[in-house]
Amino acid sequence: MRTLIVGLAAIVALGLAGCGEQPQVVQYKQGKYQGKPDAKPWDSPEFGGKQADWERAINTRAQHQNEYARTGPSGR
Amino acid sequence: MARMKFLCDAERCIECNGCVTACKNTNEVPWGVNRRRVVTMNDGVPGERSISVACMHCSDAPCMAVCPVDCFYKTEEGVVLHDKDLCIGCGYCFYACPFGAPQFPQAGAFGLRGKMDKCTFCAGGPEKDNSAEEFSKYGENRLAMGKLPACAEMCSTKALLGGDGDIIADIYRQRVLTRGKGSEVWGWGTAYGPGQKPPAAQPKS
Repeated sequence: MRTLIVGLAAIVALGLAGCGEQPQVVQYKQGKYQGKPDAKPWDSPEFGGKQADWERAINTRAQHQNEYARTGPSGR
Repeated sequence: MARMKFLCDAERCIECNGCVTACKNTNEVPWGVNRRRVVTMNDGVPGERSISVACMHCSDAPCMAVCPVDCFYKTEEGVVLHDKDLCIGCGYCFYACPFGAPQFPQAGAFGLRGKMDKCTFCAGGPEKDNSAEEFSKYGENRLAMGKLPACAEMCSTKALLGGDGDIIADIYRQRVLTRGKGSEVWGWGTAYGPGQKPPAAQPKS
């Protein structure tokens, strides 16, 4: 008798477990990004949220690709 | 601030694939996925040209327009990124992209497609900057370190330029004005003197 009660309780518990299921599908709004927000590159520890510092660093780095600026005129 | 862009100078690219290797190594891109590749036109014919191609981070990106789950977003500095947790691997972006940038790793048997992977301009994705999770999903976030994409910085001939669109356009303009055009680019005049320039060879159609 006790086994039957325990069995029935287990069946009821398992059956009701489905009622607590949370929706796992993202509710899409067409044309709007639904993903996680992304941090700005200047929010990193190196720049501490200073956008101007980050832009200066990136632009200096970009100028390193210009060998005319690095080595001067070719002498032609 | 202008938008982040790539610019490939076909006169300088020597098809060394250094950019491809730099990208693969920096981002630990899985086997079978090529975020960047070098395309050669008229291979073996005099006057062949090569360009390095990846996601061009379009100002009006077609991949963003066709994505059925809207997993793409554009950062303030103009980099087109996506959230892999939302991507369903449908492949619409691959058909829409004029550069063949979206790549799909094999995720299982029978050619099952995984989530889309593409060049991130070394800007990572929507995870904590430079976290292990961001690295495993999107690769290194060099922009957050104040660095430019590894492919452009690794390019030995500086054919591939990356960075703020205005700055790399200025670099390219200065380069073109300095080197001239046509046979001057190859130093014909320097080697054989002026006035002996033959007309540029046209590839046979």
